[in-house]
Amino acid sequence: MRRPASIRRRLLLQGIGVAALLALVLYLAVRGVAGAAIQTVQDSVLGTATVVIAEELRGGADGISVDIPYAAFSMLGAVGEDRVFYRILVGDQTVTGYPDLPLPDVVPGLTPAFYTVPYQDAQVRVGAVGRSVLVDGNRVDVTVLLGQTRTAQAVISAQMANRAAGLGLGIFALAAVLALISARSVLAPVHDLALAVGRRGPQDLRPVRRAVPRELVPLVAALNGLIARLRSALDRTESFITEAAHHVRTPLATVRMQTEVALRQATDDATRASLRNVIRAVDNAARSTGQMLDHASVIYRSDQPTQDALDLAVVLRDLVGQMAPTADMRDMAFVLDLPVGPVPLSADRLLLESALRNLLDNALKYGTADTDIEVALTSDGCVTVCDRGRGLGGGGAAALTGRFARGDNVGDVVGSGLGLSIVRDAARACGGTFTISPRPGGGTCATLHLPLR
Amino acid sequence: MRFLLVEDTPDLGQAVLDRLTLDGHGVDWARSLAEAEAHLAVSSYDLILLDIMLPDGDGRDFLAAHRRVPRDTPVIVMTARAGVSDRVALLDTGADDYVTKPFDFAELEARVRAVLRRRGGTAQTQVIYADLVFDPLGGTVAVGGDVRDLRNRELRLLEILMAGPGRIFSKGHLHDRLLSASEAVSDNAIEVYVGRLRKKLSGSAARIETVRGVGYRLTQG
Repeated sequence: MRRPASIRRRLLLQGIGVAALLALVLYLAVRGVAGAAIQTVQDSVLGTATVVIAEELRGGADGISVDIPYAAFSMLGAVGEDRVFYRILVGDQTVTGYPDLPLPDVVPGLTPAFYTVPYQDAQVRVGAVGRSVLVDGNRVDVTVLLGQTRTAQAVISAQMANRAAGLGLGIFALAAVLALISARSVLAPVHDLALAVGRRGPQDLRPVRRAVPRELVPLVAALNGLIARLRSALDRTESFITEAAHHVRTPLATVRMQTEVALRQATDDATRASLRNVIRAVDNAARSTGQMLDHASVIYRSDQPTQDALDLAVVLRDLVGQMAPTADMRDMAFVLDLPVGPVPLSADRLLLESALRNLLDNALKYGTADTDIEVALTSDGCVTVCDRGRGLGGGGAAALTGRFARGDNVGDVVGSGLGLSIVRDAARACGGTFTISPRPGGGTCATLHLPLR
Repeated sequence: MRFLLVEDTPDLGQAVLDRLTLDGHGVDWARSLAEAEAHLAVSSYDLILLDIMLPDGDGRDFLAAHRRVPRDTPVIVMTARAGVSDRVALLDTGADDYVTKPFDFAELEARVRAVLRRRGGTAQTQVIYADLVFDPLGGTVAVGGDVRDLRNRELRLLEILMAGPGRIFSKGHLHDRLLSASEAVSDNAIEVYVGRLRKKLSGSAARIETVRGVGYRLTQG
């Protein structure tokens, strides 16, 4: 998979690139300026020495004499190990020095002219001065050439270049560190925002209210818009389900109640039997829709259970209390055995209640009238519900916990086949286990083992 | 007993009203929260049966206001919302109990009885016949001062019989009122309960008489 593009890396690379470019420019500029400066200094020394030699030329009756001053060479020698060449011409006749030292392109004047030529396997910088000397009353043009190799200058240039390179590298390193720091600090608000949004719980659909830099305002506004749309979609779904349940259940209630009234008034056995069937069908439909809704919400919540601090003993006692009138109708009773003191656990209340309610409901439905249902809780989080009912049937426990699975012995008890599957899923989501087994002496024992806090 | 029924669906309201009237209860029917308030202003009731979704508001708001006043008339909510969280929220709002639509009338009766008993018998009614003193809320019958506990179905059977002493109640009628319509029971279930009640009433001048081929009646002497 391709890694997603990183703004940080891009900022960093751009910063480093700009720094490298600047360092290179600095290096070239320093080297160029330094080289030019050395050249100028060297040229002025060379020029002075050439002029000094030229000024020593004396015209006489018998020709030109030159006394090459030592100072001129020592001035040059001060620069380093360079070799020095000279050539003095009268007219175009070499009188002394190296006769093959190249001449300048133009005829030089009193101000020295400089040029660089290859000579004796080296680059030689030559200063040239021309002047007129009176010899025997005639003007004679004399040219003085003074050349010098550039070894010392090259050494100095190299040193300067090294320093320039060092400076460039230093600036580059500094700029790279600054780019790293700036990339991090520029992206810090983005990072903080991502953390804040990421830390939110799954149910948290409040808009993001953090103060963010101006550039992030459109992003946060878009995010809040999305959150608002999501919330309204969820609200609509929830109110739709509620509305739908209302619209299905209210007519069912009407049918059931009217049928009950009709049953009370009917005397004919056949009519009464069919009216009972209507009621049974209504109960079946209502029960199935209710259980499907419960099953859906158990599955939905299983993905993201909340952690409510609960006392299992209190939850169980309240539920048994709520269901007692239903048990009473069938002359059944819950016999509750609770441990002394609270049984604290941390679980999703809705999931826990769904599991327990379905267990109790099953015991009521399949238990025999006039019997007791024994509900026991131990202090280690084990809930047991035992009835004296028709038992598990031929398929055993495994056949009953599947979705829409019912035992082969349910007879005409109204049911959806979802109850135990709700218990199993809800127990699993609470981190617990659920087992059912036949009860010695007849009936069923259901055991829910829940991890305590 | 006097009920205030708050329900806006005409057919359902009529059916509940019919059913309650059949059992001899007095019922006022309010089709909105405003009507309910009007009824409560002039009459007192033993129990309020409250729907949640009403044309002029939410039954839960009515319930909260009802608890703030405070009025202590017990309230049983009839809700179409069957989710676990809805049930929890309803009880937290101050409902005494709730039934989920569509509800079994026998279950509604059982819950009404449980609520009234829990409320300490605001409608303390003893029914006396011959040497029997019957306390439907307490679930006891005294035979010449000797108090005996009744199980739920014995109690309801006695309640039916004592509502019309001398009147013959058919087996079918008793079946309908004692057993949930969707419950599978044996054919002789009524005989079983009549037999048990007879045992509880032993030693009394009152007795349950079998009218062969027709039903049962309560007589004395």
